[in-house]
Amino acid sequence: MVTHLCLILGVLIFAFPIYLTIIGSTHDVNTIGRGDVPLLPGGEGAANYSQAWGVGGGRFMGVPAGVMLFNSIIMAVCVAVGKIAISLTSAYAVVFFRFPLRMLFFWLIFITLMLPVEVRIIPTIQVMVDLNMTNSYQGLIVPLIASATATLLFRQFFLTIPDEYVEAAKIDGAGPIRFFLDVILPLSRTNVAALFVILFIYGWNQYLWPLLIVNDRSMETIVVGLTKMIGSGDSQNEWNVIMATAVLALLPPIAVVVLMQRWFVKGLTETEK
Amino acid sequence: MEKKVYFRGIALPYLLLLPQIIVTGLFFFWPAAQAVRQSFLREDAFGLSSQFVGFENFTDVLSDPTWLDSAFRTLLFSSSVAILALASALFLAVQADKHIRGANTYKTLLIWPYAVAPAIAAVLWLFMFHPNIGIFGRALNAMGIPWNYKLNGDQAMLLIILAAAWKQVSYNFIFFLAGLQSIPKSVLEAAAIDGARPMRRFWTVVFPLLSPTAFFLLVVNLVYAFFDTFGIIHSLTQGGPGKATETLIYRVYTDGVMNLNFGSSAAQSVILMILVIVLTMVQFRYVERKVHY
Repeated sequence: MVTHLCLILGVLIFAFPIYLTIIGSTHDVNTIGRGDVPLLPGGEGAANYSQAWGVGGGRFMGVPAGVMLFNSIIMAVCVAVGKIAISLTSAYAVVFFRFPLRMLFFWLIFITLMLPVEVRIIPTIQVMVDLNMTNSYQGLIVPLIASATATLLFRQFFLTIPDEYVEAAKIDGAGPIRFFLDVILPLSRTNVAALFVILFIYGWNQYLWPLLIVNDRSMETIVVGLTKMIGSGDSQNEWNVIMATAVLALLPPIAVVVLMQRWFVKGLTETEK
Repeated sequence: MEKKVYFRGIALPYLLLLPQIIVTGLFFFWPAAQAVRQSFLREDAFGLSSQFVGFENFTDVLSDPTWLDSAFRTLLFSSSVAILALASALFLAVQADKHIRGANTYKTLLIWPYAVAPAIAAVLWLFMFHPNIGIFGRALNAMGIPWNYKLNGDQAMLLIILAAAWKQVSYNFIFFLAGLQSIPKSVLEAAAIDGARPMRRFWTVVFPLLSPTAFFLLVVNLVYAFFDTFGIIHSLTQGGPGKATETLIYRVYTDGVMNLNFGSSAAQSVILMILVIVLTMVQFRYVERKVHY
């Protein structure tokens, strides 16, 4: 009984901010601006969501949420797919080949764990400017797709694949590319699925990088766009539209985590260890 | 562990590594090297000329009382976030690990906040604690507690700690639950037969077995509080009021991006880089230890 009470309390603490946001997104701007947000939904939901989706709102006449959601989805999917693709091939090279400087390359990838974007902001932007990659999808995506953790995970997994598989492939006359496509990829699909969930959320939730690299507002992602709508946090903000946008920004990643829960937990506990 | 059988080929492995090496080289190593180079230079206001100044940027940063203030503030912020997020996650995980009806439903209801971006978590908390429109902000004021996080630095700090910890609990919960479920039931039964009460069983048997997970999470939480909370601070308080919520990472941003003080920003970046390296190495020593279990 006590156990249930504790857990329900925990669930409520997590859910309440979201509940309030959903409620806020169904009232008109004056009700919220006066500070009279009731605890039950109002009747303005349809109007608020259609304004958020198609027009946008906020002090600086924001970007429509539809556009920002599209940008976020492109970014999150491409970051996840890109990270998985380049990690799969580099882990394959390191595990299934012997070549000069093999371990050096491995360590070079490994060290990037220790260089988060936050500590190399200015020079990285400089590189982007030099490469003419600001305000573009490539600029949003490419610098984020190096992944030491994904490479480590795939390496770990490849090392458990028995040597006999490789021997059998050689006897059958299959080359390394064929072996990769016919054996390694199918065997890795659980890892790939699990990792995709984690990396999709990672891409979706990026904040500092899109904030710095994009100033063309039609390229804005929804996480950055939403916080820009708030301006200085005044009570005069269009809170109804902001709350509707917040709900839209929350839905896709939460849906991915809840629907793919099994993969997600597996991916998380494996990647991090 | 190495493979004994492998493919021949000289060009192919390099080709397979190439995309990853290009990305890390261009966007990790080159900028990191530039940061180190810049940290030894001082540029004039227009960026036209620069001169080598040795460790001067570092000594300036480290002897700047306002930088030391933000270092202290970061320590306070990070440890509060970590302790709050770890303690509540451990408590919830212990509850969810009991064999009760609906345990899976509770798990689902507790893990989704992982998907909430820190910056969005900040917006949710702002909406609750806004002094004029927030349900809690208004309630506090109605009770006679003058609540305004935009004017009161301690309140601003409290708010970013709560928002940051709220978002991190689900992550810790997943790891604690996995850790709890890997403890052999026979060990707990043996302790129960020996007459150990539940609380005693938890502190003498469960907690020590869970301590590697807890330690790993502590490091992860500190790294999270250091770096990933930029979005929370940027959208909630912008480092203010005054400098009350300016953490080290926020300062690198203001000095470098806003004030264009490159030498100082680069020196701060290098100091933070060293810190990440230390934290990551500590984390990997833990992983090594875990492998030997």
